[in-house]
Amino acid sequence: MNYVSSIGSYSIMVREVFKKPTKWPIMKSLILKEIDELIYGSMGIIIFISFFIGGVVAIQTALNISNPLIPRNLIGFATRQSVILEFAPTFTSIIMAGKVGSYITSSIGTMRVTEQIDALEVMGVNSLNYLVFPKIIAMFLYPFAVAIAMYVGIFGGWIAGVFGGFSSSADFVEGLQLDFIPFHVTYSFIKSVVFAFVIATVPSYHGYYMKGGALEVGKASTTAFVWTSVVIIILNYILTQLLLG
Amino acid sequence: MIEVNNIHKSFGDNHVLKGISTTFEKGKTNLIIGSSGSGKTVFVKCLLGLFKPEEGTISYDGRIYSELTLAERRNLRQEMGMVFQGSALFDSMTVEGNVMFPLEMFTKQSRSEMLERVNFVLQRVNLPDANNRFPAEISGGMKKRVAIARAIVMKPKYLFCDEPNSGLDPKTAIIIDNLIQEITQEYDITTVINSHDMNSVMEIGEKIIFLKDGHKEWEGSNKEIFKTDNAAVTNFVYSSELFKKVRQMYIEERN
Repeated sequence: MNYVSSIGSYSIMVREVFKKPTKWPIMKSLILKEIDELIYGSMGIIIFISFFIGGVVAIQTALNISNPLIPRNLIGFATRQSVILEFAPTFTSIIMAGKVGSYITSSIGTMRVTEQIDALEVMGVNSLNYLVFPKIIAMFLYPFAVAIAMYVGIFGGWIAGVFGGFSSSADFVEGLQLDFIPFHVTYSFIKSVVFAFVIATVPSYHGYYMKGGALEVGKASTTAFVWTSVVIIILNYILTQLLLG
Repeated sequence: MIEVNNIHKSFGDNHVLKGISTTFEKGKTNLIIGSSGSGKTVFVKCLLGLFKPEEGTISYDGRIYSELTLAERRNLRQEMGMVFQGSALFDSMTVEGNVMFPLEMFTKQSRSEMLERVNFVLQRVNLPDANNRFPAEISGGMKKRVAIARAIVMKPKYLFCDEPNSGLDPKTAIIIDNLIQEITQEYDITTVINSHDMNSVMEIGEKIIFLKDGHKEWEGSNKEIFKTDNAAVTNFVYSSELFKKVRQMYIEERN
C-alpha cells in the first residue's frame, strides 16, 4: 500500500514540477548551474569507468575464445555490442544514480531540513519547479555523456585488446564495423533519456518529501540510490523488450 | 489586519488546533506564546497558508484565504515576509543574493534598482558590509538580520517570525526584538511572532495570545499579563524566579 501511495505522490510531484514556471532569466542560470554540477561534474568518473569497463570486456572476450576457428574480430564486435547496448547507457546510469542521485537527494533534503523549501513556498515560489525542473533539463544532456561513454569504452577495449596482445588493431576495427545496426545507438540514446529523467526525479522525490534531520538526509540518499537503481533496471528490461524484442 | 475565525487543524487523530479565533492588528507586534506542543507552529503555518485548516477562516485585510483563487493566493503570499527559526537562508547565495532573491523572482526592477533596495534594507538591519559574505561565514545574530532584511525587502503587509530569538545571546535577542518592533511600526506591518522568549513577551508583546493544548487560553497585552489571574498563563510566564520577582514588584508598585 505504501508503494502505491509513493507512486501517487511521485506522480503528483512530477506534475507540480511543470506548473507555475520560474522566471526565465533565473531558470536559465539554474539550468546552467545544474549542467555544470550534474553533467560536466560527472564526466571524469564516466570517462574513467567507461575506459576500464571497455578494456575488461575486450580482455574477457579474448580469454574466452579458446576455439581457433572463432575469428579474432569477435573481440571488437563483443566490445562494441556490450558497450553500446548496455554498459554505456545502463551501467553508467547506475553510477550516475549513486553520484548525481545522492547529490540531488542530499541537497534538496538539506534544504527541507533547514526550512529553505518552506522559505521558497512562503515567498510564493513553486519550489518543485525551482528545484527539480532545472535538474530535469540539465539531465537531458545526459545522452551526450552516454555518447562519450560509448566512445571511451570502445577506445578502452581497443587499447586493452591491441596492447594486451589479444587482437590486432585491424581485427578489432573490423569487429567494430561488423554487422553494425545504427538503431542500437538510437536504442541506447532512448534508454539514456528515460534514465536521465529517472535520475533527476526519483532522488528529488526522496529529498523533497523527507522528514527529520541530518541523519534522515543520509538515509534518504541511500534509499534514493536503491530506488533509482531499481527503477532503472526495471525500465531497462521493459525498454529492451519494447525496442529490440 | 489578520482575522482568524474558529480554525481547526488535525493530523490524523491528533487534533492540534481546536477552534482558535483572534485578531492580529496592523502596526502591532502580536506574540503567540505557549508551551511546546501547544500548536503555535501549526497555527503560524496555517496563517502562512502552508497548512490548510479543516474548519474556520483566515482573513487578510478582508481577503478570506480559502476563498481566493490560486493566483490571488500567490499574490497574497508576496505580501508576506517570514523569518524562520533557523533563518532559512539559501546556503548557495551570498547575503546580497539572499536578500535580492524575492526582488529577482517577483519584480521587473533593473539590477541597479534591486541593489539599491537591498543595500537600503541591509543598512536598515545594521548589516552594511555583509553583501558578499555567505551564510556559513556569518554569526547567528547576523543570519537573523539577513532573514529580517529578506522578509522586508518586498515591503510586506504581514511579517511572521518563528522564534526569532532562539539560539541568540540575551543582548542580540533584545536587538532583534527591537528591530522587529521598529520595522513593524515604521512600515505599519501586521507582525505575528511565535516566541518562547519571556523577555520578548515583556518588551514587545503589544498583543499576546497564549495557546494551551490547541485552545486560545488567554489574550491581552504585555501590561495585562502582569495582572492576569489565569493560572495557566502565570504558570507558564512566571515559571522562573526572576519573572516571579518582577511580577511581585509590579503588583507592589501598583498597590
